Amino acid sequence: MTDASLQDAPIPTTAYEPGMGDYFALMKPRVMSLVVFTGLVGLLVSPVAVHPFIGFVAILCIAVGAGASGALNMWWDADIDALMKRTARRPIPAGKVAPGEALGIGLGLSGFSVVLLWLATNALAAGLLAFTIFFYAVVYSMWLKRSTPQNIVIGGAAGAFPPMIGWAVATGSITIESVLMFGLIFMWTPPHFWALALFVKTDYGDAGVPMLTETHGRDSTRKHVLIYTLLLVPVALGLAFTSIGGPVYLTVALVMNAWFLKGAYDIWKRDDAAAEADSYAVEKGVFKVSLYYLFAHFVALLVDAALRLNVGAV
Amino acid sequence: MVIKVEHELHQRRKGRNTGVGLLLLGLIGIVFGLTVVKVLQLGDITEFEKFDHVARPQIIPEEGATE
Repeated sequence: MTDASLQDAPIPTTAYEPGMGDYFALMKPRVMSLVVFTGLVGLLVSPVAVHPFIGFVAILCIAVGAGASGALNMWWDADIDALMKRTARRPIPAGKVAPGEALGIGLGLSGFSVVLLWLATNALAAGLLAFTIFFYAVVYSMWLKRSTPQNIVIGGAAGAFPPMIGWAVATGSITIESVLMFGLIFMWTPPHFWALALFVKTDYGDAGVPMLTETHGRDSTRKHVLIYTLLLVPVALGLAFTSIGGPVYLTVALVMNAWFLKGAYDIWKRDDAAAEADSYAVEKGVFKVSLYYLFAHFVALLVDAALRLNVGAV
Repeated sequence: MVIKVEHELHQRRKGRNTGVGLLLLGLIGIVFGLTVVKVLQLGDITEFEKFDHVARPQIIPEEGATE
């Protein structure tokens, strides 16, 4: 027995002491902001009123669940993240956070967010959140990302679930409205991402990640942008004719889909020589439109919901 | 032996420890808030009595009983 205290024991000093900011960066805050926005819209446009505090906790759980899947993705992809410029400064390849810590945070927050969402709302919403985390971490990160150039198509589903979860929080069900909100993000992801891939030089190839631009060529990618945009249009317009659609959404959807479709057609019509001549102006323009596209659709859904509320109150 | 009240490690990890403390306080706030909201949503207090895991025959309506 000794009375030697901890004060005397040498405590190993590491080169870097991770702070809360480093752990927060594991959760991909920018992705979380999109998840919070679309999840909130799914919750607010539903016909069932939710207590504001329960709504707040539900959105927090969706955000934390998304962050947890981001941490699991960073844990699994640490080897390839280190090889690519865009991702080399992420906390694990930068040596700021140990891989085991990221795994622990990812698993811990996954369990926490799913259980809390279940307690606060219902089993369906919690089950959808658990499936989303599983889908992003296992189906996309561990399986599809390194094996198929269609990775972004199927993996995009993970980003499409939040409005469906928000809807399930309020209604406890899955309906045509929530399926179409899911479909809107799901079908929007490929043309949005491939428009970016056409003008940004990526090093996915160096990391062994198959991307459509490299496996099938850039002309094929241009064709894919047009095809997926054509498939997106009926989903976006169809939402206007459900219970959550309205005149504002229909107007916005008509304008934005015509704009996006024109851009996708222009991308398909030209080749890389023409694109290089104007520094990929069309591709950059379509990518920018795609950002406005999704935001405008979900804001329009909110505006129509607010209008319905006002009409109901009069 | 000189008594050191605080090790250098405590200072180095102050930000992280404060962050964890605030997260735990937030968690307490969330669980407390949820409890208050859920109980208030029950409306009738006898509904709350159903959660005490003890058989309470007096809150089960008798068959054929009239109000």
